[in-house]
Formats: sequence, C-alpha cells, structure tokens
Amino acid sequence: MFVGKVIGNVWATRKHKHLNNLKLLIVKAIDPINPDKLTGEATMAVDKDMGAGPGDIVLILDEGGSARKIIKDSKAPVRTVVAGIVDWVNYKKEEKKYA
Amino acid sequence: MKQAKVIGRVFASRQCCGTDKKILLLIQPLDWETDTPVGEPIVAADTVGAGAGENVFYVAAREAIVAFEDWGGDVLINEPLPPVDAAIIGIIDGKNITEKNKERK
Repeated sequence: MFVGKVIGNVWATRKHKHLNNLKLLIVKAIDPINPDKLTGEATMAVDKDMGAGPGDIVLILDEGGSARKIIKDSKAPVRTVVAGIVDWVNYKKEEKKYA
Repeated sequence: MKQAKVIGRVFASRQCCGTDKKILLLIQPLDWETDTPVGEPIVAADTVGAGAGENVFYVAAREAIVAFEDWGGDVLINEPLPPVDAAIIGIIDGKNITEKNKERK
C-alpha cells in the first residue's frame, strides 16, 4: 500500500463488464508529508465507493487479490484500487493534515 | 493497470489450450501523464474488441486471467482459462490530468 494523490481521471465506454460502476482514476505516489512531491510512475486505480476525486490524498493498494476483496467482485480484472482517503500522516514528529 | 496503444495483431495457428479464438494484439505501453512509450511492445489478449491505433488500458500478470473468467465473450463450458499475462480491459475515450509533476528530476 502507498500514499498517493489522484491526479486525473479516465473515462471509457467500452470496458470489461466487471468494471461497470467503478470510477477510473489516475494516481501517483507522493512523499507522505509533502503532497507536492510526486514520485514514481502514474497508474490507473479503480474506486468503488470511496468517493475520491482529483486532488485527494488516498491510500492505494496495488495487489490483485486484495483489490478484488475491496470491490467485492471476485471476477473483476483489477489490480490497483483506492483503499482509503488519508486524513493525516505523522512522520518524525511532523504531522501533515489532509482532511 | 496501464495505458497502451494498439499497434498490431498477432496470429498463431497453433496455440495452447484456451487461447484459441482469443484475439491477440500487439500493444505499446504508454505513460499515463505524457503518453510517451514505456518499454517494449507486448502481446495482450483482447476482451473488448479494440482495434488498431486505439488507446486502451490493460492488466498484467494473474489479473489478466481473471479478466477471462466472465468476460461476456464466447465461453465454452469447462473451457480452460487462457494462459495469458496481459489482457486489454477497456478502450479509453478520454482522460483528464489535472496535475502535472511539480518537481521534475
């Protein structure tokens, strides 16, 4: 799991039927206490009912089995999923609030 | 889940169990933010009917097989799941990137 930021969204009409009713978001890992510092490579994550949108700091899970558990669909071909919305991060006595 | 562009098709008259009747496409993975090619082209199985030149998104590894468990295409009873390691699962109509990288290396 990693802390990331939603940097965009994708729309697609023709998609796998088990992806219907899921939001497609583009996320990128951030430095947990500095949301302006984006790191790594952007990936697409799905969001079922977290309600994340562009600009939000989110918890991203990048593993297929757990991703299918979170969206409660054992036949969905997903790997990266929004597992939560980050309220705050505490790191080396430094606290960063996001909510 | 990554973005790619369909750049060609692959035919194989002799294939292993389960991959026959599946469409195999040659895709070039792209970066989500800049649309620049990333790495070498790969062969992916199609679940949505993508055509040449279209921007698609795909899943790799084990999730590619999950995509064929219930994909809405022709599935024969007791047909083995195809041994694939990339599956195209959607055609991108559009995307909106609201934030570019502020600290580029």
